[in-house]
Amino acid sequence: MLTSVKTALTAVIMRDLRRSVRRSQDFVQPLLFFVIVIALFGLAVGPDKEVFQEIAPAGVWIAILLATTINLDRMFLSDYQDGTIELMILSPTPLSALVGAKISAHWLANACPQILMAVILGAILGLKIDVLSALGLSLLLGSPVLSLVGAVASALTVGLRGGALLLSLIILPLYMPTLIFGMAAVTNAALGLSIEAELFFLGGLAFLSATLAPLGAAAALRIRLAAT
Amino acid sequence: MNFNWLHRYASPMNFYSWSLVATRWLGTVSAILFAVGLTGGLVYAPPDYQQGESFRIIYVHVPSAWMSLFIYMVMVSAGTLGLVWHVKLGDMIARASAPLGAWFTFLALATGSLWGKPMWGTYWVWDARLTSELILLFLYLGYIALQGAIEDRRIAARAGAILALVGTVNIPIIHYSVEWWNTLHQGPTITKFDSPSIDTSMLIPLLLMGLAYIFYFCTIVLIRTRCEILEFERNKTWVKQRALEMESV
Repeated sequence: MLTSVKTALTAVIMRDLRRSVRRSQDFVQPLLFFVIVIALFGLAVGPDKEVFQEIAPAGVWIAILLATTINLDRMFLSDYQDGTIELMILSPTPLSALVGAKISAHWLANACPQILMAVILGAILGLKIDVLSALGLSLLLGSPVLSLVGAVASALTVGLRGGALLLSLIILPLYMPTLIFGMAAVTNAALGLSIEAELFFLGGLAFLSATLAPLGAAAALRIRLAAT
Repeated sequence: MNFNWLHRYASPMNFYSWSLVATRWLGTVSAILFAVGLTGGLVYAPPDYQQGESFRIIYVHVPSAWMSLFIYMVMVSAGTLGLVWHVKLGDMIARASAPLGAWFTFLALATGSLWGKPMWGTYWVWDARLTSELILLFLYLGYIALQGAIEDRRIAARAGAILALVGTVNIPIIHYSVEWWNTLHQGPTITKFDSPSIDTSMLIPLLLMGLAYIFYFCTIVLIRTRCEILEFERNKTWVKQRALEMESV
């Protein structure tokens, strides 16, 4: 039983990853969006280097929230439209585990490149090494929360008319705790204080959402499918 | 445990009948409490030694803020009842509560902002409590938007319940924000019952106003729930019968 679950999960992850590699616009576009938001942010703030360094991490965090959000509606959409979700519900593997696998694949394909890009951009923009590492670590611990919580909202709105806008409306308020602790870590690092507490908090949030969000998303998918 | 009594009272038809009576009583109690609380707060309570007369807005502001959190918890509990135990009434109460919660949140924000101008010199600061209360308003609005987007009421209610459950993570953040972050908004003066840092003459009207708000909420939510029931069960015989009775009266 356990090995069959493992095979199923690996298959789902590999399938989703392969799909995003083949349809590369799916992860390139959000990445581009992410970079453009940061670039526009830089333009808006102006050329004052010190001011920019102070608020660049905030810009990166906002950019990653937006980039995650615009991409969320695609998480279950194609599987919902072609009936894959129905097959997943029927399969002997628990739906929540399969949904968890889908979320991990989504995180690997979308959040990972963005975090890498954030660190590279941060280095180019000349962030101090402490701030840069705090930013990278907080994004690394925070972005799974974004994907996991986002999955619940994505499942709730999948296939709805105007779903993408509705999705951003309901998901952005839920990102508040992650943003608070992520930015607190960066701010502390900039002041030369310890960032451990904030990172522990983010890690706690990540584990909490990793245990609960797949269940929530699976329940939401079942509810949405009962509609059709 | 035997939940038969619950099912008896929670069946939409019975609920409709007993809530008609209950609304009257709750409404009366609420009106009395409002009258007593407002006179106590606006007339009898002494002016604050620092803030003078303008502290009296507390009697509108603080109970609204309590209600904004309380109604969210009502919404979550009712939604969970509907989601897990398939109590239809739970779905309806949750749906009926959401706009009320949104308005109380708005009222708390608006009165707080009016209070902030003379006291802090600004209508708005990006303070932890203000921001988190604003986020709570967005949570309510998101919930209402989701309910509006899904046509099937059953599905909308269950989807809303999940969203509300996920949103509960923000409730402790709002509640403890004044303790965790030391910002402009003052700390709690009421909740520490062993040594409340507010004088009894000011506290009693405030508590009365809090009760008045709760009774007001119960009254309105019952009325709104009855509308939900009529809409939801419009094809049931008892609803048609009742409509005919109303017509003949």
